[in-house]
Amino acid sequence: MRELLGPALAIARKDLRVERRSKEVVNAAFSFALVVLLLFSFTFDPSGDEVRTMSGGLLWLVYAFAGVLVLNRSFARETQNDCLDALVAAPASAAAILLGKTLANTVLLLALEAATLPVFTIFYNVRWDFRLGWLLVVLVLATWGFTVIGTVFSALTVNVQLREIMLPLLVFPITIPVLMAAVQLTTVIFTGEPMEPEMVWVRLLVGFNVIFTTLAGALVEYILVG
Amino acid sequence: MKSHADLAWGAATAAAMVGALYLAFVWVPTEASMGIVQRIFYFHMPPFVVAVVAIIVGMAASVRYLATRNLDWDDWALASIEVGLVFDTMNLITGPFWAKPVWGIWWTWDARLTSAFVLWLMFVGYLILRRAIEEPGQRAALSAVVTMFQFVGAIIVYMANRWWRTQHPQPVLAGGEGSGLAPEMRVALLGCLAAFLVLYLCLMRLRLRLARLGREVEGLRRTVHSL
Repeated sequence: MRELLGPALAIARKDLRVERRSKEVVNAAFSFALVVLLLFSFTFDPSGDEVRTMSGGLLWLVYAFAGVLVLNRSFARETQNDCLDALVAAPASAAAILLGKTLANTVLLLALEAATLPVFTIFYNVRWDFRLGWLLVVLVLATWGFTVIGTVFSALTVNVQLREIMLPLLVFPITIPVLMAAVQLTTVIFTGEPMEPEMVWVRLLVGFNVIFTTLAGALVEYILVG
Repeated sequence: MKSHADLAWGAATAAAMVGALYLAFVWVPTEASMGIVQRIFYFHMPPFVVAVVAIIVGMAASVRYLATRNLDWDDWALASIEVGLVFDTMNLITGPFWAKPVWGIWWTWDARLTSAFVLWLMFVGYLILRRAIEEPGQRAALSAVVTMFQFVGAIIVYMANRWWRTQHPQPVLAGGEGSGLAPEMRVALLGCLAAFLVLYLCLMRLRLRLARLGREVEGLRRTVHSL
């Protein structure tokens, strides 16, 4: 466990430090999220009452589109100066590298989501009387599920032609269950309906995360080492 | 390069297909409520079953490749998934032709339709990924890993979509196809399924040979470049 967590935390710290100093991804992804929010306003009447019932879907589409930008850079950043080779050669298992990268990406995505949420609620008239605790649970669970798949595929596509297109093409179909659960739960949270009938979606998120975190940890060796 | 075996396979597939057409269009009685359109079913459901068989074969071949590192298994994975995509496409195209007269719409985001479409997108993503990687060993390993993720993903997508539908009832629900099929219809269905399986095997033989030849050409090109 120590061999896994030690290097993983070191890699996560490194990624977050690089991002804190360069801010190359988060600034761009946040601006892109604003662009998507703007584009949505043209597809329907943004002041209508029905916006509330589709608010979860809107929010998570913004998160998914902007999130892919962050994930794309996660391993692409390591191609400069052959950093990826050094990372693989370092005394850290492939699973530790994946875990560290996933942790860093989850923190970055959560920061991006936290920054986008207030703007979203202002633009689309979502009142701040929803259950913030539940929203946090959903954000963390769904972001982890999306990020763990996204990070594996970011590693997988890093040396592939058309990397920027390949990543969303592969990631979105597999993460559909996460997005469905997140959309459903977020909409319920925003509209103030009871949570009890929706617990199946929380279980889906937990199950998805357990299954794919395990699978990713087991298979990432083949991706990074070959 | 045509051999006697090729001719035999071609003849067997052609005979099976003619038999399937006879069963579906002449032999089986017309369904009472839906009428003549229901006959599409015999060319709709069997391709999907074959597509699922093709994925399972592709998945097993991918696992075998990662265990043995023998590129022959990569050929199997590629051939099976590419041929499977053809059958899945056939399933997705025949579906709306049946749905329009029966449901009144071409498409609905019902659990099975959505899952079938997601599955199709996964197949396509897999094949596009393969084209984007040059080195055969890397291509084989990465696409084998992707197959495993997609296999598990497809199962969860289907489960999630079932829950989604029970939460949001669709205006039109899929008629219980498997439930209470008349004996003649079952015979026609199984006959068509057998015919499509023969077609799958026939296409697999050809696609496997093509994959091996493709790899040979790639190797030759490499040799020429290194001269």
